[in-house]
Amino acid sequence: MTLDSHPTLPEFDYIRPATLVEASQFLGEHASEARPFLGGTDVFVRMRDGFLNPRYLVDVKGLEGMRDLDFDPDLGLVAGAAVTLNRLIASPEVQAHYPLLAEACRSVASYQLRNRATVAGNICNASPAGDTIGACLVYEAELCIHGCDGSRREALKTFFLGPGKTTLRPGDLVTAVHLPPPRQGSRGVYLKLGRNKLSDLAITGVTVLGWPEAGLPSGFRFRVALTSVAPTPLLLTEVENFLADQTLTPACVQEAARLAANSCSPIDDVRGSARYRKQMVKNLTAKGLSEVWEKLGK
Amino acid sequence: MTLHKISITINGGLEEVMVPSNMTLLRMLRETLSLTGTKNGCSAGECGACTVLLNGEPVNSCMVLAAECDGATVLTVEGLAQEQRLAPVQEALIQEGGVQCGFCTPGVLISSYALLERNPSPDEDEIREALVGNLCRCTGYVRIVKGVKKAAKMQAMPS
Repeated sequence: MTLDSHPTLPEFDYIRPATLVEASQFLGEHASEARPFLGGTDVFVRMRDGFLNPRYLVDVKGLEGMRDLDFDPDLGLVAGAAVTLNRLIASPEVQAHYPLLAEACRSVASYQLRNRATVAGNICNASPAGDTIGACLVYEAELCIHGCDGSRREALKTFFLGPGKTTLRPGDLVTAVHLPPPRQGSRGVYLKLGRNKLSDLAITGVTVLGWPEAGLPSGFRFRVALTSVAPTPLLLTEVENFLADQTLTPACVQEAARLAANSCSPIDDVRGSARYRKQMVKNLTAKGLSEVWEKLGK
Repeated sequence: MTLHKISITINGGLEEVMVPSNMTLLRMLRETLSLTGTKNGCSAGECGACTVLLNGEPVNSCMVLAAECDGATVLTVEGLAQEQRLAPVQEALIQEGGVQCGFCTPGVLISSYALLERNPSPDEDEIREALVGNLCRCTGYVRIVKGVKKAAKMQAMPS
């Protein structure tokens, strides 16, 4: 194997379909050799490294609705798949109603890369470490998907099957990410443990969202998502259900953190060992829950 | 491999170029148009040496296909100086000693220029955050940050 520090992209044909139907049809007919792309920030790197070698790269950024960003208090947020991370960060609606999403987007790579990278691309890449996925999971995101049989919606929490593997079928492309209306009074944190303060991939990512809910012993409901500690991003329903039944105490937060650590199955890699990651899930979940509880006004 | 004919405005001049599908904006700038100010560092969107403004926003040109840029407007480091006069950010970086080997400088200049366009008086944290994607192995960044601060002051002064 030769080491080329500046590999050029392998040969492929660049395709820009005019309509969603045309795009799905092309992707369906060339299922094994065509790949859709948005910002390209993952696809190009993997092509240069030799992990991907598509015959066709299908640019879906210009298709209908892909660059739309709409918020309605009754319907929630619809972010077209090609809306860049920087646009979401700058959006007053995202800042006001989905601050965790803005925070998660801000934690990705650099300003330049965020001008190209998208949440939909981050999701479809299906990396266990996807920075924006935790926020989308706790906000109960749905994906709008266009396929050969038309359009459909799918819940994000059942979308991931494994590293790089999703429920998308040949001809499918994600056209938008939909977040339901924000929970009144919700507060959240995204705790990203990286090797440096900014720009690196997460060793462990913990996202916590909490909001007032009448009828629960503590008066609050908490939702926790983890990234970088399992083959897919995780939404911890067990932790959510456990906390929903408790009157909150510091001991109960510790028990929830222990449950979170037991729910994940991290690996050893260049960024950290499995044992370290598990410990960090415990510590950061406790920290995250305590911070959100504090913000909610315990 | 398909060739695509694109029209692209670079540093104020309209260019018509035939580009193969797998040609990046960076390669087109350097190899087709001989604009070699923009550098190829990591080819992975990490080092920022290839930063240019695409439709007014900084991007890593190694991560953009030339074929995507039909109708786009691009500013490279060659377009910063106007009528033989360096842009404030160029002048300030020289004065503060923010240039050593110079390889990262074109990208640093474009990122800093873009920062000052969207935020004319950034504080130190904002400068450092805007330059996260521009790696420099020489300066240790301190002088670069000073340079950007100075450029902000120079731009604020009436000329």
